[in-house]
Amino acid sequence: MDFRLGERGETFRAEARRFLDEHLTDEVRERMHTTGVHHNWGFHRARVEHGLLAPGWPEELGGQGRDPLEVQAYLEEFQSAGAPTYGVGTTLMVANIIRHIGTDEQKQLIIPRALSGEILIVLGFTEPESGSDVAAAQTRAVRDGDEWLVNGQKMFTTNAQEADYVFLLARTNGEVPKHKGLTTFLVPLRQPGVEIQPVFTLSGERTNLTFYSDARVDDSLRIGEVDGGWHVMTVGLTFERTGPQGGDSVRLLRAMEEWALTSTDDAGRPKAEDADVRARLGRAAAENEVSLLLARRCAWLQNSGALPGVEGSMAKLFASEALTRQSADFVDMLGPDGVRGDGDPTAVAGGIAEYYFRFAMGTITYGGTSEIQRNIIAQRGLGLPRPA
Amino acid sequence: MDLNPSEEQQQLIDTFAAFYGKECPIERVRDAEPSGHDADLWARLRQMGVLDMAVDHASGGWGASLLDLALVAEQHGRHLGPAPLVEGQVAVRLLATAGGQVAADALSRSLADGRLTTVALHPPKSGVLALVPAGGVADEVIFCDGGRLLCMEIADRHPISNLGSMPVADLTVNSSAIELGPREEAQALFERARDEWMVLMANALLGIGARSIELGVEYVKERRAFGAPIGSFQAVAHGLADAATAVDGSRLIAREAAWAAEEEAARAAELACFSCGFCSEAARDASYRSLHYHGGYGFMLEFDTQLYYRRAKAWPAVFGEPSQMFARGAAHRLNRTDG
Repeated sequence: MDFRLGERGETFRAEARRFLDEHLTDEVRERMHTTGVHHNWGFHRARVEHGLLAPGWPEELGGQGRDPLEVQAYLEEFQSAGAPTYGVGTTLMVANIIRHIGTDEQKQLIIPRALSGEILIVLGFTEPESGSDVAAAQTRAVRDGDEWLVNGQKMFTTNAQEADYVFLLARTNGEVPKHKGLTTFLVPLRQPGVEIQPVFTLSGERTNLTFYSDARVDDSLRIGEVDGGWHVMTVGLTFERTGPQGGDSVRLLRAMEEWALTSTDDAGRPKAEDADVRARLGRAAAENEVSLLLARRCAWLQNSGALPGVEGSMAKLFASEALTRQSADFVDMLGPDGVRGDGDPTAVAGGIAEYYFRFAMGTITYGGTSEIQRNIIAQRGLGLPRPA
Repeated sequence: MDLNPSEEQQQLIDTFAAFYGKECPIERVRDAEPSGHDADLWARLRQMGVLDMAVDHASGGWGASLLDLALVAEQHGRHLGPAPLVEGQVAVRLLATAGGQVAADALSRSLADGRLTTVALHPPKSGVLALVPAGGVADEVIFCDGGRLLCMEIADRHPISNLGSMPVADLTVNSSAIELGPREEAQALFERARDEWMVLMANALLGIGARSIELGVEYVKERRAFGAPIGSFQAVAHGLADAATAVDGSRLIAREAAWAAEEEAARAAELACFSCGFCSEAARDASYRSLHYHGGYGFMLEFDTQLYYRRAKAWPAVFGEPSQMFARGAAHRLNRTDG
């Protein structure tokens, strides 16, 4: 057995770290903070220049052919640095679907532009009336000659204001069971039929509600078969490995350890020597080790040619729930000062615990709620019967 | 990265899985209660070489890695082995590394003469070593007192009936205690032994947790209520999903901690603490859910889940509660300068 990611992974990790030191500037962070937008075009294009946008993709498609363990090492660095990565995550997920089941025309249109940092693609699955029950989508697409007309609403279309396309799940047949009447499209966002309304969240992140009123999409941008959208979603979710993997917890713990090493109690004793502080820091460190190991196990499986399924759900569930627990625990650890807000000049450790206390609540929902992950683990992992 | 055991390690796992399956069925565990010691099982384990394998070649042993021992400890935990495997192994490893004639003689008594040496996890208070693992059945005990590492013939012991059916005892310190090895290394040797105990305990707890999940899953697939198997209810399924996730995490961190002892020295001590703390809580949670989802049957002595539930809490508790393990690990981390 060997628990190291390996020399290539560690070399690539160092490369990622050097890149972040140079390009994840205070200005980029400040902009993320003030706008709530976790995408930055300058940073995005710098990643392209340094081969750090899609390093796991084959070279002939614009990647670097890095193996999953190298990609894991680099992702750990980007996440634990708090880099803006959402836009890349959704764009690559959709590009990957197109790579596997798109037409040649779609591949040529999308993949080079996605991997060169030219375009951004966002997700349009969730609606005001459907989240976890993805297949209950009500947004409709109706054929109109060579085009389709889209009408409806999508919730949490994060980065839509920056993006070129929304990967949209629409109902194309209302006469069949819900999973069988769905189709996916790559709908251009910059058109009159699309309205983007900002939605602000608990963590300060900006997301959107998007409205579609006779929005047009050419049939050439239909992904997969008509009424075959559920199959496309299944393919997409098979390859999805985004969302929290422990990087945020690593970042939070680093800040809390720094605080413990540099702060003293009323008697002048270092906080780092306090048994209660140590127990909280140690518990988080143990959980973070487990989060990273669960994520690395997925990378190792991929590297061995397997597709992580239940393992991916476990990694996502554990890391996001751990972050949620830890952020609350660290607010407690800081005492009354824990409530001083992120961004307030008097905040402790930059207010990072207060920030993550709010931020964490998103992570247990997006990318598949904890409850959906538990269903997957129970049914596919433990073989428990599905609810009647 | 390779999370699969090597071919030799897989053989080791298979060998001990078969051994425990045959020699340590759950009836044997019950028969060994309340003392928690099955002398015949222990004799057979010794015949299998569990002490010899724990000692390095230079000291006359077979030179197994801590990871090899961890894989055996997992099987031990799965089967709730009523035998002093972990303490016995940690004690002979400590004797083998301590150096000097006193330690060599004590090691020889353990390996060749069939005597059992155990290790006290805490220094004596008022002349008493409290709740010494295997203290009820061991011949000798190694302990640390005031920076001195000592080995003592056990003369006065008070076996303690306890939650985990462990052969623990309070031992009175007597005049036979003699110092082992050089004093400047005594504390470090003792701390390493404690770390090794935690790593092997973490792996034993992994076995307890994994088996608890299996028992729970088997039951909730069969048991029906309101016209459906209770495992189809999310209130039940989600609890098991959380527990199974933590047990998968246990397997990774428990094995990593054992691996790190030889492969990543800088983090070995903190991982020992973190693995034991994490696996303690994971095994507790898995056994708690398994017992509870058995409903009233889980509360009956006749059902096996209670055997796991009690040990999951009690086995690691003779060292300390999980918070203490986490705090100890954090202290190691905070003292490291490489981040």
